[in-house]
Amino acid sequence: MIEEVFANPYIQLALKLGVLMILLPATLALGWVELKIGAHIQHRMGPMYPGGFHGWAQTVADGIKFVLKENVVPRNADRVVFSMVPFITMLGAALIFVVIPAGQNLVIEDLEVGLFYVLAASSIGVIAVLMAGWSSANKFSLLGALRAAAQLIAYELPLVLSASAVAMLAGSLSLVDIVQAQGPASPTGLYIPFAVYQVLGFPIFLCAVTAELTRPPFDMPVAEAELITGPWTEYTGIRFAFGFFAPEYIAMIGLAAVGATIYLGGYLPPVPALDFIPGIIWLLLKTGAILFLLIWVRWSFPRLREDQLQKFAWKVLIPLALLNIFVTGALKLTPWV
Amino acid sequence: MAIEKPPVDELVPRGEQPRTLSPSKHKKRTFGTGMLKGLSITFRHLISKPVTVQYPDEKDLLPPRSRGVIALKEENCTVCMLCARECPDWCIYIEGHKSTREIPGKKRGKKVNILDRFAIDYALCMYCGICVEVCPYDALFWAPEYEYAEHDITGLTHEMDTLKDWMYSVPPPEELEDGAMGPAVKNQLPDNTPKGEGG
Repeated sequence: MIEEVFANPYIQLALKLGVLMILLPATLALGWVELKIGAHIQHRMGPMYPGGFHGWAQTVADGIKFVLKENVVPRNADRVVFSMVPFITMLGAALIFVVIPAGQNLVIEDLEVGLFYVLAASSIGVIAVLMAGWSSANKFSLLGALRAAAQLIAYELPLVLSASAVAMLAGSLSLVDIVQAQGPASPTGLYIPFAVYQVLGFPIFLCAVTAELTRPPFDMPVAEAELITGPWTEYTGIRFAFGFFAPEYIAMIGLAAVGATIYLGGYLPPVPALDFIPGIIWLLLKTGAILFLLIWVRWSFPRLREDQLQKFAWKVLIPLALLNIFVTGALKLTPWV
Repeated sequence: MAIEKPPVDELVPRGEQPRTLSPSKHKKRTFGTGMLKGLSITFRHLISKPVTVQYPDEKDLLPPRSRGVIALKEENCTVCMLCARECPDWCIYIEGHKSTREIPGKKRGKKVNILDRFAIDYALCMYCGICVEVCPYDALFWAPEYEYAEHDITGLTHEMDTLKDWMYSVPPPEELEDGAMGPAVKNQLPDNTPKGEGG
């Protein structure tokens, strides 16, 4: 019944706007959660005062601080390109949400090439990073941008290869079809998430996503403390917030939602009996689980060196992803996939 | 003439093998177990209680023998100035005057020193504790206090009233060891007679 309500075009329009409106608050919330989890892993409490309840307004205050800060553009910088970068990173991060389904009809646009579209949108960030590094007129920014671009391109491949194995399993690139293939539309009719078949593919996807987000342990090009965030060295104030911080968290939510959709069954409940709980709850729960994993990993492992990072992508992840495609192809020959 | 250096190999004393890891110490581990172990450790820390004390809201009690500040037991002070003289950076200010305490049944009273001012400049004090060590009359004590910050540096010269107030937090002296001689008690003067009151 709830699906029928969502099928109403006006309600859909309202929801689409709602998704856009919710991105920024979601970023702030995720930032706060990350501060809290990181603090508790280190036996601290994290922010406790802003807003009263466990410092919930800490990231809101941070955002206000960024907006109020002076907006510096280096004298020799290419002003136009320099100021365009935040728009492009935000765009790349926000575009992912277009195709993520929260129900069979509850999706902004069910593109037929949905998975391909997600991967394409998430790689827009590479251009923005190169633009940021080049237009800053700072050799360290440029070095950082080249490092970041090298990493993003290297990890694009395992991301695409692991996702294509999912497309093979589902026989479609549409995210709604992929979710349905993990439930009612599967050959056996059982609710089996693709993570079960993608024992190899799912970890590869998670590694590649972490690297695409340049989050620890794959944050060598950014390295906040050591390299003053690489390509973003010259960025200040609101441009830094919307060029670097907000897109990182928005893309993190988006890619985690994609991971939940293509590997964990998205909006589908784990068993058909739990169908009465709306799909969006399941999607949020699964996305939250992946987000927690990303944050947990960030606060557990040290950073990889540049050479280790490249070696890991080219010598480990890509061969494994190719092997995964081969195994998935073999699985497709069996009657139950 | 070039000095002939011995070949590198000969620098190693005979019989001492180059260090190698013994194979038993270098066990093969399954790939990934170390990372899982790390994740489990961070997760256990995540769910354990934080050690933070939310300071202005809740206060942590320092261990009783903390060397926080120096407290003054005024009635023990004889204005001997030993502490002020031994202080490495001269941060103790003492002022006093002489007075006579009348003793009933005697013609001449007893000369006593009366303490007028005792101040420690905590902007200078380096918490070496020499004054506490050197005081022959047990008038100075370490107290486990820490809230004496001031907005103005001159306010850090804490006067006698503050130093006396800190006495309440000074813990009682440690128990004597078995077989140790107790403090010598002379003449059995009543304890509560304050010194330097001038009779």
